[in-house]
Amino acid sequence: MNKLNFLQPDKNNLNTYLYTGVILVGLSIFIVFLNSFFNKDIISFLPGSISFFLPLILGFIGLHLIRIDYSGLKFLDSINKNINTNNFNAFLSLLIVFVVIKSLPPLLSWFILDANIAGDSKDVCTGSGACWTYIKIWFNRFMYGMYPNAEQWRINLSFIALAFLGTIGFFATEKFKKYLTLYYVVVYPVIAFFFIFFFISGGPIFFDFSYGIIAAVISVIIGFFIPSKFKMYYFIIVPITLYILLKYVFFYEELIELGKLEALEWVETGAWGGLSLTFIVSFFCLIFCFPIGLFLSLGRRSDFPIIKYFSIGMIEFWRGVPLITVLFMSSVMFPMFLPEDMFIDKLVRVIIAISLFEAAYVAEVIRGGLQALPRGQYDAAKSLGMGYWKMHILVILPQALKLVIPGIANTFLALVKDTPLIFVVGLLEIVGMLNLAKTNPEWLGFAMEGYVFASVLFFIICYAMSKYSYNLEQKYKTER
Amino acid sequence: MNIKKILPQLLTLLVVILIFGFFSYNAQVNMENRGITFGYGFLSQESSFDVQFSLIEFDGSHSYFRAYLVGLLNTILVSVIGIIFATIIGVVVGIARLSNNYLINRTAGVYVEFFRNIPLLLQIFFWYFAALRALPLPQDTEPMFGVFFLTIKGFFVPAFIWNNLDIFIYSIIAAIISIIFIRIYARKKQENEGIQTPVLSISIGLLIILPLLSFLFGGVDASVEVPVIKQLSQSGFTYEGGIKLPPELISLALALSLYTATFIAECVRAGVQGVSKGQKEAAASIGLTPNQVLKLVVMPQALRIIIPPTTNQYLNLTKNSSLAAAIAYPDLVLVFAGTALMQTGRAIEIVSITMLTYLSLSISISIFMNWYNKKIAIKEK
Repeated sequence: MNKLNFLQPDKNNLNTYLYTGVILVGLSIFIVFLNSFFNKDIISFLPGSISFFLPLILGFIGLHLIRIDYSGLKFLDSINKNINTNNFNAFLSLLIVFVVIKSLPPLLSWFILDANIAGDSKDVCTGSGACWTYIKIWFNRFMYGMYPNAEQWRINLSFIALAFLGTIGFFATEKFKKYLTLYYVVVYPVIAFFFIFFFISGGPIFFDFSYGIIAAVISVIIGFFIPSKFKMYYFIIVPITLYILLKYVFFYEELIELGKLEALEWVETGAWGGLSLTFIVSFFCLIFCFPIGLFLSLGRRSDFPIIKYFSIGMIEFWRGVPLITVLFMSSVMFPMFLPEDMFIDKLVRVIIAISLFEAAYVAEVIRGGLQALPRGQYDAAKSLGMGYWKMHILVILPQALKLVIPGIANTFLALVKDTPLIFVVGLLEIVGMLNLAKTNPEWLGFAMEGYVFASVLFFIICYAMSKYSYNLEQKYKTER
Repeated sequence: MNIKKILPQLLTLLVVILIFGFFSYNAQVNMENRGITFGYGFLSQESSFDVQFSLIEFDGSHSYFRAYLVGLLNTILVSVIGIIFATIIGVVVGIARLSNNYLINRTAGVYVEFFRNIPLLLQIFFWYFAALRALPLPQDTEPMFGVFFLTIKGFFVPAFIWNNLDIFIYSIIAAIISIIFIRIYARKKQENEGIQTPVLSISIGLLIILPLLSFLFGGVDASVEVPVIKQLSQSGFTYEGGIKLPPELISLALALSLYTATFIAECVRAGVQGVSKGQKEAAASIGLTPNQVLKLVVMPQALRIIIPPTTNQYLNLTKNSSLAAAIAYPDLVLVFAGTALMQTGRAIEIVSITMLTYLSLSISISIFMNWYNKKIAIKEK
């Protein structure tokens, strides 16, 4: 038996130090555990402040004793390396462990043990825990706002269809891969717009949508007989022509007839709301802000002074003001700028405002990518005889955009997080609906549950987005 | 000059002029119809509304311009509080993210991921409507350290009552100026002779001693006024004396600093990680102590990376403070673009003033940042 020196544990008496240390640490954690889960204070016989600090002191000594370098035990070594490198670290680690143990029981009891979800009125919520019944009863409102209950399948169907159409890219075969960019940049947004504008909004305008579908189906069928060389032009021109023909020539009379029929009920945008409105607003703003931002960033680097200073002015203006004042402007100031008989829907105004606002941020991010490219890329492209647009589309932008994926993802995340601000113009997405439900006299006092629910939802959405952007970044990472 | 260069520019110009012309024509027609004339004369009119919380004296008899000042000061107040706390939390969390202690590292990581993925507005609502509403009523409040009262009606803190406050402030200013001179002197001495001066301890000493001298010889005198509970009606209580921080201010400052701190933490982490390992090793190999390595080699390089994005975050915080309108904290947007606009109906003037205020703030900061970036850019010989 070697001499024991408790100030400097060494390898020779490994087991003695290890057992004493582990017992001390275990004891300290056990005391805190009992105290927090079973409300039993087994060291209460000690004077006040000592009994409060005793677990910390015990654990601290224990961790000091097991801090032995190269002990040969894998587990011990990894503990020492990760949480127990020196006294200060040991102290902080203990503190964190204790705080977690201390805060678990109240959290558990609030979230699960004392919470209520059964029943359908406020009366079941008598415990001290959360009242999830409130969320259950108001769930539809939180998801769809004031949209009529009987018509909510339209929102569901649109979102499912759009989600399905959005995933087509993953199933495309090699032959169609080259059309994917065109599809996602041009076709998909248009389809989405049709779905949301005609289908969710409804009304007699819905027939427009059905003409659109007929036009699309017919043009796909004819499309099989067109030589592939002209296909791109064809798919832009023919559906539009067919649609116009169908609407104004063939079916014009029928439209008036059909208007008297029972169509989809018209739901004004003021009634849209909840999480679905969050999705709609962020979806359109995402789609619009990217191309606007792209053009602004190109404009800012342009050789034409007028275009350059116009772009700089736009970017600096939108970046310099808070979004809330932009929304104020769109709601109180913008109508002053329009002719009196002209009316633009609230939702459309909001989408334009947010898109312009975020476009300025996108522009700055893309400019960063453009500046990061070496001059040689521009020179090489020019020496091949490429013009401005060809050079940018084929050489510059693919590389620049690849570089700025994280920045763009951050801007998009900021956009999603900014959507609740549309309460300024009176549109109630999920946070707005929460505030409305909170003031309902029958359901007073459940603000906490509502905000926790919305926080979890937003956290899931934003966290998934940031993880996806990280994957994207890894996928397109090329050694340069 | 060929046509290919002029045409796109002319087209842009034409479109911009057309749009602006269209807008201003409509605005003129609309304002004529409503009987308003464009102008900023209304700023000197009597405002006839009251503001809940203001740093300068304000009531209905003051002008709209003073209302603007009240809003601006409140915005600056909450931004400054938010910036101070966001910096403290952000630096601590950012360094914790770099710790080799797994638990600390993960805790900081969870904090960052959690708070930056939830919309700021939601966080403000959470603190204001859920967390701060759970606080006790004034009559049930247990005092913290005997003098602070955290109640549902706000946070009551003791106030200092000063005699000769100006002399005290002069002494602090004198201390700060002498610290700046000492820093310049120390830097010169280090560059010329390689000898370090203990600047930090000297500065702290100066900051303590000079104000202390002003107490002893300058006739400065301070007494503390502790808030005392006062009964308003049968069940209504409040505190009198001291300073009252309204719950709107607390929840706004709390949400802003917790949210912005996550971004600052990431800036700090990126900055420290951005200093290459070779720099630290080179510094250590010429015999600098770990403290000197941090102070003379790592920090100057890390700060160069940290400061520009952090300034950007400060700017974002200031702009985000406009969300105050959602919980009725009387900031610039609520007082001026909200109440004053409702009363006067002068949408164009008021929204333009509000936007210009924020715009001039952010442009001046970005000009300063450009200057700073140029100054600290590595000068290669």
